[in-house]
Amino acid sequence: MNLRPDPTFHATPKLAMEAPAETLAFTLMLSPDGSQPDGLAVVDVDPKSKTYGEIVHQVIMPNKGDEFHHFGWNACSSSLSPLSGHAFLERRYLIIPGIRSSRIYVIDVKEPLEAKIHKIIEPEEVFAKTGYSRPHTIHCGPEGIYVSTLGGGGVDGTDGPPGIFIMDCETFEILGRYEMDRGQQEKHYDFWWNLPRDYMVSSEWGLPPQFENGIVAEDLLSNKYGHKIHFWKLRERKNVQTIDLGANHQMALEIRPAHDPSKDYGFCGVVVDTTNLQGAIFTWWQKDDGTFEAKKTITIDPRPEDPANLPPLLQGFGAVPPLVTDIDLSLDDKYLYVACWGLGEMHQYDVSDPMNPKLAGKVELGGIARNAPHPNGKPFAYGPQMVEISRDGKRVYWTNSLYSTWDDQFYPGTSGGQMVMAHVGENGGLELAEDFYVEFPEGYRSHQIRLEGGDCSTDSFCYPSA
Amino acid sequence: MDSMTSATALWGAVVVSGLYHGVNPGMGWPLAVSAALMDRSRRSLWRALGALALGHLLAMAAILFPFGALLFLADWQRAIQIGAACLVIALGLYLLVNRRHPRFLSRVPPSRLALWSFLAAMAHGAGLMLVPIYLGICQTVDTDAGHAAASTLMTDNVSVAALVALAHTGAMTLAGGVFAFVVYRWVGLKALSRSWFNLDVVWAVSLVLVGGLSLATV
Repeated sequence: MNLRPDPTFHATPKLAMEAPAETLAFTLMLSPDGSQPDGLAVVDVDPKSKTYGEIVHQVIMPNKGDEFHHFGWNACSSSLSPLSGHAFLERRYLIIPGIRSSRIYVIDVKEPLEAKIHKIIEPEEVFAKTGYSRPHTIHCGPEGIYVSTLGGGGVDGTDGPPGIFIMDCETFEILGRYEMDRGQQEKHYDFWWNLPRDYMVSSEWGLPPQFENGIVAEDLLSNKYGHKIHFWKLRERKNVQTIDLGANHQMALEIRPAHDPSKDYGFCGVVVDTTNLQGAIFTWWQKDDGTFEAKKTITIDPRPEDPANLPPLLQGFGAVPPLVTDIDLSLDDKYLYVACWGLGEMHQYDVSDPMNPKLAGKVELGGIARNAPHPNGKPFAYGPQMVEISRDGKRVYWTNSLYSTWDDQFYPGTSGGQMVMAHVGENGGLELAEDFYVEFPEGYRSHQIRLEGGDCSTDSFCYPSA
Repeated sequence: MDSMTSATALWGAVVVSGLYHGVNPGMGWPLAVSAALMDRSRRSLWRALGALALGHLLAMAAILFPFGALLFLADWQRAIQIGAACLVIALGLYLLVNRRHPRFLSRVPPSRLALWSFLAAMAHGAGLMLVPIYLGICQTVDTDAGHAAASTLMTDNVSVAALVALAHTGAMTLAGGVFAFVVYRWVGLKALSRSWFNLDVVWAVSLVLVGGLSLATV
């Protein structure tokens, strides 16, 4: 407990943008075949530092086969609401779940260069206390740390629906399930919320048998992956509305509400439309009567390609689907970044008018049957995937791995983990930084990035910027 | 003369504790700023402050009135005062040992500010802290009144309880309102993290102190 609020807690997104720039990034290291333990890499992102663009510390876990994917902080700017009673927490621990093992690590990064394991929650405890498995997204909310899961109970995670559970934000004890009335929700992926307006939005990927051993083509073509988003009364823990985006909109993944809580809308990325292989972004919003609506506001076309150049999975289509696998919104709610992991492109959309996004910038890097190299001449494996934006919105970082078994299906024979960064132009536009290119250690792939002091997909704000 | 001085001091304590609650962001003024910014309307700030004040007032009343009624048992006055002081000390010690914040408070939706304010004041013992002060005031009134009829005493005690609750809540709302308005109108929300101090220990210790003082003067 601090005597003052943590200096990295900000009342408004605007104040967070004005805070000092990040000097370190935390990036997950993934051993795709489980031959080495997964880890957390501390990356120097301070351009004035001698070790700029290098991994300056690694925390290697004591177990193998965890499969790190997403992770988050024990506390964020949401602590500044008197309603939660957590104003004096420290932003100090990273909560890292293994989505294959269901094990959860709590890493103490108070001294980032000496970051170390603080606590390990074994899978059995997760199963016993929640009935869920395969923990994934982390957000700090009113009742503590909320963790979404991808699997229910049982060996293959299909015994009951997956959901969200809550952890104590000081002791990291698992407190139990979040949901009191889940309505139609049967699959899970991401979730986020608007704290003052007291609602949460959640999304759907697929059940564990649909992803753990690779994408199941028959399930995809018969539209059996998730395609709904759910709206919840956050503190009542009740699903109040489900919107079906249409069964062809397979895999509704990232939920990105506007950071400014006075804005009543957000976005959701859809990996692939099975009718035309397009990637899509939906804008969702709350209407005056309190109900929600969603509309497709961005489509990204597939690129025709000679089947000979395509992986077996895609040969029948003769095209590269964009595969929108991650999206992220800048803190001023102006730019939405869309990772097209199949095409090998990072798109930047101006979403000042959320119903009418405009493409403002684009970078080509990697990609199926394209393999566009980095401007420094080095290769970029796979395509742009997990994206994170600096608080001030001037730098965009990303890594390249999607998920171990899926990487191998869409990019057979490829290996390597990289993290790169692009500068954002004064009036939009995106340009890769030639001097920032992090090569991950042999045998490791790279996944989600967290920036020191918070970033654009961790912090929830309780006060409007205005 | 002595009782006049101590009455003034006790009423002072009622007002000062109100001011102290009011400026503490944890008691709610940032929620009024948030409401005004969310609705883009200054009226929302006053409405939120009103809800917070109402909840706080009810919490004070809910604690003070039962004690006021107890004073009807005039022969037991001393025992009641000792009991109340011990209760306040016990809560202070408990809050010193248990630094966890009650989680049920975070289940209250932001739209129910009065309920939140009531529960927060109850959970932190804001009303209980006033009890020894209130009992002290009743005593000074009684001394002046001499041997009044029991029914008069009771009416007096209840009106004193209402006055104490109103004065305390009034001071709290004034202090919180000034903070909220200045932050909303001029200085901006940066002031929130700058002006927020962790007073958990100070609060717990002040409960023990108030209880101790009251024990010493019974």
